[in-house]
Amino acid sequence: MATINPSPENTSGSDHQEHPIKLYLLVWFWLFVLSTCSYLVDYFGLHGAVRWSLILLFMIVKAGLIVGVFMHLAWERLALIYAILAPPIAVLLFVGVMTFESYYTFTDRVLYFGAR
Amino acid sequence: MTSETTLKQTEDTVTLQPGWRGFASDWSADRRAFRTASWGKAMMWIFLLSDTFIFSCFLIAYMTVRSSTTDPWPNTSEVFSLQIGGVSVPLLLIAIMTFVLISSSGTMAMAVNFGYRHDRVKAATLMLVTAAFGATFVGMQAFEWTKLIHEGVRPWHNPWGAPQFGSSFFMITGFHGTHVTIGVIFLINMARKVLRGDFDVERPGFFTSRKGRYESVEIMGLYWHFVDLVWVFIFGLFYLW
Repeated sequence: MATINPSPENTSGSDHQEHPIKLYLLVWFWLFVLSTCSYLVDYFGLHGAVRWSLILLFMIVKAGLIVGVFMHLAWERLALIYAILAPPIAVLLFVGVMTFESYYTFTDRVLYFGAR
Repeated sequence: MTSETTLKQTEDTVTLQPGWRGFASDWSADRRAFRTASWGKAMMWIFLLSDTFIFSCFLIAYMTVRSSTTDPWPNTSEVFSLQIGGVSVPLLLIAIMTFVLISSSGTMAMAVNFGYRHDRVKAATLMLVTAAFGATFVGMQAFEWTKLIHEGVRPWHNPWGAPQFGSSFFMITGFHGTHVTIGVIFLINMARKVLRGDFDVERPGFFTSRKGRYESVEIMGLYWHFVDLVWVFIFGLFYLW
């Protein structure tokens, strides 16, 4: 049962996702805490590497909690998990490509178009 | 193996293997790959994946214009601040919107739970609460848009710096707000079905004419949690960055 139904209360073994309310309340609580943390990053005016690393950290943990527990992806079979989580890797590549592209545009604007 | 589960098909009984071996056999079995997810749930996941790409494109476009512009980017902390008793609180409205949307995700998760317990009243009530949170969110977004438009923000111009700020803002939040609005409409419709007992008597769907099941509430929940998920990224990348 380990892969499909790690939670003992879900014994149907199919598309029926039922977990204790307590788990949802716990995740809910943590989402509040993490959102407050990311708001405080702005409130206290943190800047530079500390700011964006904290923002990214809280964002990714929140996304993981929502997708894993609220959307029950953690209890699905690997065939579905990877079908959903693997394609967005292409998005990360796209981010990389456009980072280079935008620096190129920026440099052109400064060097040849008299910006700044 | 003790860690195997059997899945009853119409014709045969198939053994589902765990881990990577299961991943390989699921995909190479020459039949439905998602063995434990119904077609409805699998299709919702694939729709959400495509939606992920759409929102990713918006956010990447925003990243590109922001890092390629030579004008200063407006300080979101000041642009989205509210005056409370003469004191300027940064990003206050956005923080409240974030908490409202997270709360709606919590009530939605519980609605799915009560749906599977066939507790019609609790499931429908929680879905209507979720819809109310969603409507509140859209209302606050409308307030925010009105405020910014009055301050002179346009898709091609704003008083504080890089003109691309306006187009990124209206495009990203507008598309997200549309998703929330559609979600609210579907939630109200689904709550009505739950309350009427459609899923207890397996009343056929209007479009699909398939038997109504409480899984529809979970699939509705997938969409709603996704809307919350997108907001997590918009909040971090657009408002806080």
